[in-house]
Amino acid sequence: MAISTLLLRALKKSPWVFHVGTSGCNNCDIEIADCMTPRFDVERFGVRLVGSPRHADVLLLSGPISRGCRRAVQEAYLQMPAPKVVLLVGTCACSMGIYRDAYSVAGPADQVILEVDRNARLVYVPGCPPKPETIIAGVVKLLEALA
Amino acid sequence: MAHVIRIGPYHPLQEEPASFLLTVEGERVIDIDVQLGYIHKGLERLAEQRTYDMVPLLLERICGICSATHSINFCHAVEDILGLAVPPRARYIRTIVGELERIHSHLLWVGLAGHFIGYETVFMWAWKYREPVLDMYEQLTGHRQNSALPQVGGVRRDLPEQAFPEVRRTLDALDGQVEMLTGAVLDDPVLAARLSGVGVLTAEQALAYGVVGPTARASGLATDVRADEPYAAYPELDWKVITRSEGDVFAKAVVRLLELKESIGLVRQAMEKLPPGPINAGPLHVPRGEGIGRYEAPRGEDVHYVRSNGTNMPERVKVRAPSYVNIPSFRASCIGQTISDVTLTLAACDPCYSCTERMAVVRDAGGGSEITFSDLVRLGREKTLRIARELGRKPDLDLEIG
Repeated sequence: MAISTLLLRALKKSPWVFHVGTSGCNNCDIEIADCMTPRFDVERFGVRLVGSPRHADVLLLSGPISRGCRRAVQEAYLQMPAPKVVLLVGTCACSMGIYRDAYSVAGPADQVILEVDRNARLVYVPGCPPKPETIIAGVVKLLEALA
Repeated sequence: MAHVIRIGPYHPLQEEPASFLLTVEGERVIDIDVQLGYIHKGLERLAEQRTYDMVPLLLERICGICSATHSINFCHAVEDILGLAVPPRARYIRTIVGELERIHSHLLWVGLAGHFIGYETVFMWAWKYREPVLDMYEQLTGHRQNSALPQVGGVRRDLPEQAFPEVRRTLDALDGQVEMLTGAVLDDPVLAARLSGVGVLTAEQALAYGVVGPTARASGLATDVRADEPYAAYPELDWKVITRSEGDVFAKAVVRLLELKESIGLVRQAMEKLPPGPINAGPLHVPRGEGIGRYEAPRGEDVHYVRSNGTNMPERVKVRAPSYVNIPSFRASCIGQTISDVTLTLAACDPCYSCTERMAVVRDAGGGSEITFSDLVRLGREKTLRIARELGRKPDLDLEIG
């Protein structure tokens, strides 16, 4: 078995997530935090929010990428060890949503990531905000898609 | 010898980016500077490109926690231009939505405050009890946070009265849970020792910085737009403004916990008294003019300014969110504190950057960090542990230090 396949299988067991609130309205961020609390409790599945991109397998972006945080997002992605996945939570992260015409937005989140890594793996979870159940379903799809 | 510590902009505990520069001498903080602007979104400009009917839906997305706040307040400002009185049923519906929002926002804060000092149990409790509030919101409006109800001249949809019995049952259960949580927090000697005297904002300082909401009420200023300039159904309902005089983090927690009780009462009464009749004033034409809207958001007074040029879109929309005036008070409350208390003091006014940063100046995000936010939180938790030991109590907390 190739090393890369093995690493992906290992990642499936307990994906650690680094959450970057890029410039959303807080709503997605709170629903993401909600996933950690007693009713949904994704820690049961080994999913954890971690404090540094260097510890993370999944980069979770919520909100449109504003000019202010575009570089920070790219840096965070580059600091993550491979194999890595990007989870875009919320309509704004997926397609810029209501911010499509805003002067402050640096571009769709997927483009901002693809600029630094052409082969990035992206998973989209649309919704305004997606309910915790939807976010969990997104994570499950992500895990199914890996190896 | 003074050191400068940069925290942020991305740190693991607050979900939103903000950068703090602490100047410290030993353990003591001698200066603090806040740099915002990482999530400036340009919403005010977007609002000027939408019709009056669309703007409330847009402004709901200023902030996920205060969604009803901003949309209702925009309606207040436009209704000010129109000189329009909203139908009674719409006023009551706005009250119900607004108070449910206050309950879930305060519970969220209580949980986060527990998290910052290492009381994970409080965090999990508060967020567990927050879920039924979101369920009620969903039953009544169809969405967990963005109700899409407020509309200039009233509300867009009626509340489904068949859901009321279920909502009442949930409220009754919530009442007991909130009481239990309040008791558990207020009677805990470790929490009292940990939070009292920390991050004190005196009444004079509160006035000088012009702080609003629970931050001001914990310093003894009885300021609340719901009482000072009544709107919606508040003058017809029975409730009181909660104040405390100490001005420390403990007082801020007490104010929020007691307000939970008041808000639950307000929702109950508003559902009881919900009058029949129309829910909005029908199609409107907004004439030339300027209007101001005031609204008591969970974090304090929110002000909206709208200028109309007679077309179907506002010419200018300006939002002054409560955190915008609360954040500068960090200078008064943090200086002189030890580093271990800074996170808690910052969190105590429940800053919401989504609301604040539509107009903030973007500065350079560069610069190295010598200490991370998780280090600061660790320091804060170690102090809790130390106090628990001094009081001879087994810390009930699962203190994950590190």
